[in-house]
Amino acid sequence: MAPVLELRGIDKSFGPVQVLHDVNFSAQAGEVTALVGDNGAGKSTLVKCAGGIYPIDAGQFYFDGKPVQVNGPRDAAELGIEIVYQDLALCDNLDIVQNMFLGRERKRGLVLDEDSMEKLAEETLASLSVRTVKSIRQLVSSLSGGQRQTVAIAKAVLWNSKVVILDEPTAALGVAQTSQVLELVRRLADNGLAVVLISHNMNDVFAVSDRIAALYLGRMAAQVKTADVTHAQVVELITSGRSGELGLHNGSGVAS
Amino acid sequence: MSATMTPDRTTSAPSIGKNARGYIERVRGGDMGALPAVIGLVVLCTVFTALRPSFFTPINFANLFTQGAGIIVIAMGLVFVLLIGEIDLSAGFASGVCAAVLAVTLADHGLPWYVAVVAAIVTGVLIGTALGTLVAKVGIPSFVVTLAAFLGFQGLLLLLVDQGTNVPVRDQVILAISNNNLPPVIGWAVFAVGVGGYAILQLLRARKRVARGLLADPLSLIALRVGGLAVISGLAVYALNLERSRNPALTSLQGMPVVVPIVIVLLLVWTFVLRRTAFGRHLYAVGGNAEAARRAGIAVDRIRISAFVICSGMAAVGGIIAASRAASVDPNTGGSTVLLYAVGAAVIGGTSLFGGKGRVLDAVLGGAVVAVIENGMGLLGYSAGVKYIVTGSVLLLAAGVDALLRKRAAASGLR
Repeated sequence: MAPVLELRGIDKSFGPVQVLHDVNFSAQAGEVTALVGDNGAGKSTLVKCAGGIYPIDAGQFYFDGKPVQVNGPRDAAELGIEIVYQDLALCDNLDIVQNMFLGRERKRGLVLDEDSMEKLAEETLASLSVRTVKSIRQLVSSLSGGQRQTVAIAKAVLWNSKVVILDEPTAALGVAQTSQVLELVRRLADNGLAVVLISHNMNDVFAVSDRIAALYLGRMAAQVKTADVTHAQVVELITSGRSGELGLHNGSGVAS
Repeated sequence: MSATMTPDRTTSAPSIGKNARGYIERVRGGDMGALPAVIGLVVLCTVFTALRPSFFTPINFANLFTQGAGIIVIAMGLVFVLLIGEIDLSAGFASGVCAAVLAVTLADHGLPWYVAVVAAIVTGVLIGTALGTLVAKVGIPSFVVTLAAFLGFQGLLLLLVDQGTNVPVRDQVILAISNNNLPPVIGWAVFAVGVGGYAILQLLRARKRVARGLLADPLSLIALRVGGLAVISGLAVYALNLERSRNPALTSLQGMPVVVPIVIVLLLVWTFVLRRTAFGRHLYAVGGNAEAARRAGIAVDRIRISAFVICSGMAAVGGIIAASRAASVDPNTGGSTVLLYAVGAAVIGGTSLFGGKGRVLDAVLGGAVVAVIENGMGLLGYSAGVKYIVTGSVLLLAAGVDALLRKRAAASGLR
């Protein structure tokens, strides 16, 4: 089956600095693909290219097996690619429903259609088996970190999205909340979405992902099935770009 | 943190008890809403009535409305600017400039009143567009932009009224706004339409939500709200309809001042815009988290500019009301305490100076507090000096309460 999202040979430079070198990356429907790499390896840049925020210098963008042009965040959103940023981008002074529909409110004529928005938000949260929030009409300021993450993720899946990219969703969370969010991440994939999870935490990666893509200094060191590798191998891939037979080899492009 | 979550009234099984508990929890958590303004009003009215019985007379009650209306209308506009976390220090003199445009159009050009009103409001809209563009597009802090405009408009006003002459307003329609009263029957009609309309809207909304399988407010709560509104507004209409002329045989003076329905309509229209339209939702979003609003695809700059446009446009309406009340426009129209009273009204009513929180109703409640202080202190014979000090202290108190509540809300996870 063709991956939902596939990037081939992506190059990206900021001025004289080349951040991504010929990167291939794919995400399958129904799977969690973990994107790992050390600080500055290019994870965020790659994700922002996928989300249409940065234009790519070279390479192809395939969606559902077909080549597409993504020239901005709007194009990506239309394809069904949603990014949940680390800083969540929620408005504290609005309630959960209002946040989920922010900027894409449902209207009847001039008037907001609150009831249908509330209903849809309720259904979306139910489909994700979210039971941690008491009321979808409570203000986001009254939510815990994990609940906020849940709202941000629910907001991303509300739009019949096909690919959801999560930027370190558990970085700021405690143990219990982390496991709640990871469960949610797993459920997204089980519901048929392609999930891309950026994470520094190997435990999270191994707990929830089906595939691991490791970036090393702007190159894709390896994209492997999680079941085929060990913890130590992934750490090696992150820190040195290679691990035994896996990863980058001299001649295949490691910056020397 | 989850222990401090307040049950929203739509989720908990609908009952008055749960609603009341939810409200108490919200207040404890720092979300006081209109409570301080309402308590303030009750205390102030009680004190002034005890000290000076003439405070509690029909004629003074009617005076409160005409005294407060101009401030309230300007404060309504300021709520929009405060909501996005900005400030407009020039709203007072903007209202003066617009009033001068009105007066000059009427007096010098002899044009009909509606042309003058449109000219004044268009002036306000242009002022707001200029201020908003400077803040949103150029990126100058609103404090500085509107401080410069404060001085600039003061000068513009002087030029418009020819270096300080007093331009009289003689148009009967304009004068009627602040000086005439509606016949008692119309007052009761306004009351019936208002309360009846509110009741029907609430019932329809509850029924629609039940039909959709959503939790709705219980009937008893709706009855309580409608009943409360009916009692308060009924008493107000009754009091306004009492004869307040010293010599009723000569001239009868009774009924609701014309400005009252104008303020009510403005309150309803802007409340609808803020609560029921996407534009209103986006104003709150920009005030709450501008970056989130931007990422959600909201045109943040356009929202910012329109907030200033609404503010200055409403300042124009406030200027028209002031011109009607004074029957003239002079270099001090919209000057001295007007702006500070208006900002004070919005903040006392519960609008946050930090953005993201506020209602148009706040302007009305806060404006009532300001009008009562001004009026009551005047009756007690205090000088302007004492009045300024007291009003300044009340503003400081309100801003202090706002800041402290914010802290408390942050601690309890509410805002």
